[in-house]
Amino acid sequence: MKSPDLPLVDFTLDGRKVQALRGESILQAAQRLDVQIPRLCHSDGLRPDGNCRACMVEVDGERTLAASCCRAVTPGMSVQSGSPRARKAQAMVIELLLADLPQAGHKWLGDDATQPHGELSEWAQRLGVVPRDELKTLRRVQPEADLSHPAMAVNLDACIQCDRCVRACRDEQVNGVLGSAGRGMAKRIVFDLGDAMGHSTCVACGECVQACPTGALSPKTRVGPQSLDRQVDSVCPFCGVGCQLTYNVRDGRIVSVDGRDGPANHGRLCVKGRFGFDYAHHPHRLLRPLVRREGVAKDTLVLRDPTRWAEVFREATWDEALTRAAGGLRRLRDTHGPKALAGFGSAKGTNEEAYLFQKLVRTGFGSNNVDHCTRLCHASSVAALLEGVGSGAVSNQVNDVAHAELIFVIGSNPTSNHPVAATWMKNAVAHGARIVLADPRVTELSRHAWRTLQFRADTDVALLNARIHTIIEEGLAAQDFIDARTRNFAALRDSVLAFSPEAMSPVCGIPADTIREVARAFATARSAMILWGMGISQHVHGTDNARCLIALCAVAGQIGKPGSGLHPLRGQNNVQGASDAGLIPMMYPNYQRVADPAAHAWFERFWGVPLDAAPGYTVVEILDKALAPDIDPHKVRGMYILGENPAMSDPDLNHARQALASLEHLVVQDIFMTETAWMADVVLPATAWPEKTGTVTNTDRMVQLGRQAIDPPGEARADLWIVQEIASRFVLDWRYEGADHGVAAVYEEMRQAMHASIAGITWARLVREGCVTYPCADEADPGQPTVFSHSFPTADGRLLLVPAQIIPADEQPDALYPMVLVTGRMLEHWHTGSMTRRSRVLDALEPMAVASVNARTLAALGCTAGDRVALASRRGRVEVHVRLDDGTPDGTVFLPFAFREAAANLLTNPALDPSGKIPEFKFCAVRMEALA
Amino acid sequence: MSALSRLPDGAVALATPDELRERIRRSAHLKGRQPAQAALNEVRELIGARPAGGHRRDLLIEHLHRLQDHWQGLFERHLVALAAEMNLPMAEVFEVASFYHHFDILRDGDIAPSLTVRVCDGLSCELGGAQSLLAGLGAAQLPAGVRVLSAPCVGRCEHAPAALVGQHAVTRATAEAVISQANRALAPVPYDLSAIDFIAYDEYRAVGGYLLAAALARGETSPETVLQALDDAGLRGMGGAGFAAARKWRIVREQPAPRLMAVNIDEGEPGTFKDRTWLERDPHRFLEGALVAAQVCGIGEIYIYVRDEYHEARRLLQAELEALQADPPCALPRIELRRGAGAYICGEESAMIESIEGKRGEPRLRPPYIAETGLFGRPTLEHNLETLHWVRDIVEKGAAWYAGHGRNGRRGLRAFSVSGRVRHPGVKLAPAGITARELIEGYCGGMAEGHELYAYLPGGASGGILPASLADVPLDFDTLQPYGCFIGSAAVIVLGHRDRARDAALNMMRFFAHESCGQCTPCRVGTDKAARLMEAPVWDNATLEDLNQVMADASICGLGQAAPNPVRCVQRYFAHEVA
Repeated sequence: MKSPDLPLVDFTLDGRKVQALRGESILQAAQRLDVQIPRLCHSDGLRPDGNCRACMVEVDGERTLAASCCRAVTPGMSVQSGSPRARKAQAMVIELLLADLPQAGHKWLGDDATQPHGELSEWAQRLGVVPRDELKTLRRVQPEADLSHPAMAVNLDACIQCDRCVRACRDEQVNGVLGSAGRGMAKRIVFDLGDAMGHSTCVACGECVQACPTGALSPKTRVGPQSLDRQVDSVCPFCGVGCQLTYNVRDGRIVSVDGRDGPANHGRLCVKGRFGFDYAHHPHRLLRPLVRREGVAKDTLVLRDPTRWAEVFREATWDEALTRAAGGLRRLRDTHGPKALAGFGSAKGTNEEAYLFQKLVRTGFGSNNVDHCTRLCHASSVAALLEGVGSGAVSNQVNDVAHAELIFVIGSNPTSNHPVAATWMKNAVAHGARIVLADPRVTELSRHAWRTLQFRADTDVALLNARIHTIIEEGLAAQDFIDARTRNFAALRDSVLAFSPEAMSPVCGIPADTIREVARAFATARSAMILWGMGISQHVHGTDNARCLIALCAVAGQIGKPGSGLHPLRGQNNVQGASDAGLIPMMYPNYQRVADPAAHAWFERFWGVPLDAAPGYTVVEILDKALAPDIDPHKVRGMYILGENPAMSDPDLNHARQALASLEHLVVQDIFMTETAWMADVVLPATAWPEKTGTVTNTDRMVQLGRQAIDPPGEARADLWIVQEIASRFVLDWRYEGADHGVAAVYEEMRQAMHASIAGITWARLVREGCVTYPCADEADPGQPTVFSHSFPTADGRLLLVPAQIIPADEQPDALYPMVLVTGRMLEHWHTGSMTRRSRVLDALEPMAVASVNARTLAALGCTAGDRVALASRRGRVEVHVRLDDGTPDGTVFLPFAFREAAANLLTNPALDPSGKIPEFKFCAVRMEALA
Repeated sequence: MSALSRLPDGAVALATPDELRERIRRSAHLKGRQPAQAALNEVRELIGARPAGGHRRDLLIEHLHRLQDHWQGLFERHLVALAAEMNLPMAEVFEVASFYHHFDILRDGDIAPSLTVRVCDGLSCELGGAQSLLAGLGAAQLPAGVRVLSAPCVGRCEHAPAALVGQHAVTRATAEAVISQANRALAPVPYDLSAIDFIAYDEYRAVGGYLLAAALARGETSPETVLQALDDAGLRGMGGAGFAAARKWRIVREQPAPRLMAVNIDEGEPGTFKDRTWLERDPHRFLEGALVAAQVCGIGEIYIYVRDEYHEARRLLQAELEALQADPPCALPRIELRRGAGAYICGEESAMIESIEGKRGEPRLRPPYIAETGLFGRPTLEHNLETLHWVRDIVEKGAAWYAGHGRNGRRGLRAFSVSGRVRHPGVKLAPAGITARELIEGYCGGMAEGHELYAYLPGGASGGILPASLADVPLDFDTLQPYGCFIGSAAVIVLGHRDRARDAALNMMRFFAHESCGQCTPCRVGTDKAARLMEAPVWDNATLEDLNQVMADASICGLGQAAPNPVRCVQRYFAHEVA
């Protein structure tokens, strides 16, 4: 018997009896059958629109032709794609469009200036269409070029009104900047109200440029000839979303970036990924190893001109530099013991680099004093997750929001910090999902939110406990799930008794009814996801905040199924991987505790050296230890810092910089003369991401392979090589043979150490597939995007509910420092700005430090937007211009930490969360004053 | 510290003081235009406070009307504020505002016109002297700030030339009449419905009105009876497509609920004014038809879309709807009145649906048909006013009464909108199948003084042009196709021996180019290029024929598909004019 679901439909195409998949358009079916039908407004991934009419075909029995891109194949249909009538229409459409376009275009076929209009020229060539003079003399009046945007050129003289850009902007990225205005021949693509692109609300994701078939919208670096030397597949080096991309290389330089169809991004990118690539070619790149000049004392002046490095350093050979670098560290270890040394690795490097770096510290330096910026980012989330669900990674991938009925986003500004992840959330809304956004700052995502809870900063526990209270009190708790899958419910239930919405409303500033409403919606949704960012983690109660989120999803039974689970959005491209690889002081690779004798024994055997059984110090603790008195046996005297910039990223920078400057020996390995590097004894010039091959792991637990696209400049060398050279000077017997400094061999060794999660992800498989999600048990395992469906990887398989009480922020506003400072990122600038501020486009878009306040605060200060103000805390002072952003709460100022000339962390409070050891970047007391 | 020494290492090393100031200015705000509080207040004043669930997206055009009416234009600051208030991207507001010709987008510093005069340049008004009226107004002293525009057919072809002065129609217009109306409009007086002679609600009910709707509601008349009557009468869609009414109803009532209805009073086909005439004389007859259809098809919401050019009729309808709702003869579905904004294309059924949804009036690709997926994605019954107008009479008087009319082998009644060179233009209720000659002689008092029949357009702009030699062809659905024409909305425009078919065709093609929504290439580019080629004394028939072919074959909707009709008719019947 024929199954009604049999996905095949018989039809006739150009006289051939063929089959289409059910629901397939004529165009798709033809494409699959190798029949080429012209198309311009159609683009895979965009909603079919059928406006260009280049794909017209003849369907037997119909009066007019049909647009094959929009017409589903029906059984028995007879289609002619190449009949004279169909061909005539196809060719006329192309002729009409070409006749209106200028002689010179912006997207040549290769280097051929006579074929200047991209896909339109391509189809004209294939169909042999040359527009007749009679039509060309009637060419339309052409609009002016708009070159107002730093990254993109708008040349609408080449526009064919196909609306691909509008759909890319509106449907795909859901930015809504582009529109199609006017009508008839006056129809035109506009930004906002017909504004210049550079003055519009455009966030420069570049999706429109990628969608444009004719080059009417182009990256400024790719106007005209399109030929390339090569295209190299890699992964974006910025945030943790893990967008796959392709580097377009000409004359040894990256000239543009395209989004690639990776599982996390499906071709999408944001402004950083698409236009922030040129930092690799910046003249500030370190080209040769440097050593500190004799007699030049260390100081904390970081605002030096990087081009004038020679005032502090001199060039050295690699051999000299490496010998000095390793020698200094060895001497300190030999004199003061292993605890005298520490290493900061980087979440911007590869898994292989992270693995080797922590192995160097543990086996060469001899202690577990190794950490990286995960400490400043999600350490508290990871602490709570390990405690609660037994795994520090996400339970569900970001794009699983497509299966969520309710999406709860808290303490996160994804449209700025995880822009492509935000697109999946916005897409989900378009398909009926509801977003509840909770954040002291009302950010762009609120425009898409069903409910926005602008709660008082620092009151996360109050708000979340009130929701848990509501769910339990109103009988909405998933009792079966709680009974079968969790532990310690009674304690949680008793603890939240005191947290009624009515009692918490005055604390968190959200009406009790609203708290109850969203609690009910969360509990009763068929599926609900929780996504959070640093707004949760960067508090002295960050671990408690995350505990509440775990408890919230558990009492509602919203975990362990599609569209339901926990997702801490990772901030850096490889912060997940670097943590997985053991770049943390209390854990070996794959979160095996240093203090666990079995794990300790396993790694001693695996690495063949005795290991320190005591956990090491964390980032902030290590810098504290650098300033410890001489008699402290754990005083840190020497450091090796690979790709981190603590002189910008640590809290209370005056303190941190003093700590760095006081080190007896500091080795910095980086691509630029960072603020940290000024305090170094040896600076080792390393490779930028596009210059190396290796793997990174994104927020979704996807291990992805990046391939080297360009050569490093000067004598800069691969990080993996440098770490191995240092190791060899520590007389470690490492042998990693093979291409790219043995990256595959390093990976394979790491895979053994992380067997429980990535056993099935071999290097060969990564080379083949580019991306595999873990946990992945064996080569046949596709990887598990959603985990915890049957049990949690805790000792008893249950989720541990941990009650949390209200702990106020360490430093409250007072008469002297009456305002609250919140720090974070902005769309264009990432982390300490060392890369993004050296990208021409990103720096042009956000060229200066700005402190955001709302109109009321501005008025209270007696300022107008754009004025210069001083911000001071008990620890430091900066001067910035002020930006009006009404999403900022009253009495609060938001300051991004990417700007060296007004470093936010001069102000921040180094108080730590007791479990996660993460500083309270999201709350401290400041004073703001207008400057003349 | 100087600004330069503060520059970060990654920034461009040098910048002029002006550039630095510009950087500071740009950095002082979030990206792009931001709503100003004053503008937000002004917008809220007109559209009301934001409801709990937010403003309805489909009311965007209604809100734009409020702003346009109040401010005589759409200032950018108000568009920014409206977008913020409605939680819409600015581009979505702008693309809708810029689609409709009755919205004037103004820069914030612009001065809005105090009044807009729209002089109709439709074919009938052209024949009636629109150009000399325009010239007269150009030479005259107008009140300050009054702006004169030419506009496509305003649906008053029987009193050509016509003009709209603000929201008042001036028919058989002279420059003096327009100026005097402009002076009156600038000192507005309350609108007075008593000026129009029509059958009001009470009157309509007094003579048996709404008895049918009430009987259906009470179950005394069965839906099947109604359907059978419509079937037997052979009632077809009077908007132009001629789809069998009962068949449409049967299709829609089979669709899953909720089902919606849209009543099309966007009567924009040049030469057509029958719907306005019915509406201004007997508004309840079509409303009852709509109620009957709603009951037969199980429809809960009715949207009535009236073209913006019919201000008087819309006001009248508004008042009569209120009367109906105040004292309903039976339970009423929700009825919403929507106002067009100057777009012929919105008479196309799917474009009208887009417009009711508050969007650009761009026709949809079909399938899916709107009976299945129409307004707000729901099954939708869409009808022209006149189709609904006949429902009550057919059921009450019997199908045989309606079908009993007819000539030359055709059945039924047609309301012909006759204009141009005839002695008595107007709506002529005549048997289907009547010939143009019979219509002119028997219903219009013959040709106008001094004109001999040369040619006629049987169906407005889209229906083609026929020579006098074909004035004996029966006029009805399906009879004109062999001649490359169709009857459409039965707008018959008559040309005399001093008129030229090529001028009429050019007028039509310019109209199509002006009214093309611009969505699809063949229509957007084809109508524009064709209009320019048709200006030549001798036509480039080869290129025109290529354009004809691609427009007819590949356009999304009827506008582009029918646009070649006047060209082809000139090529076929009046070749001597363009050789």
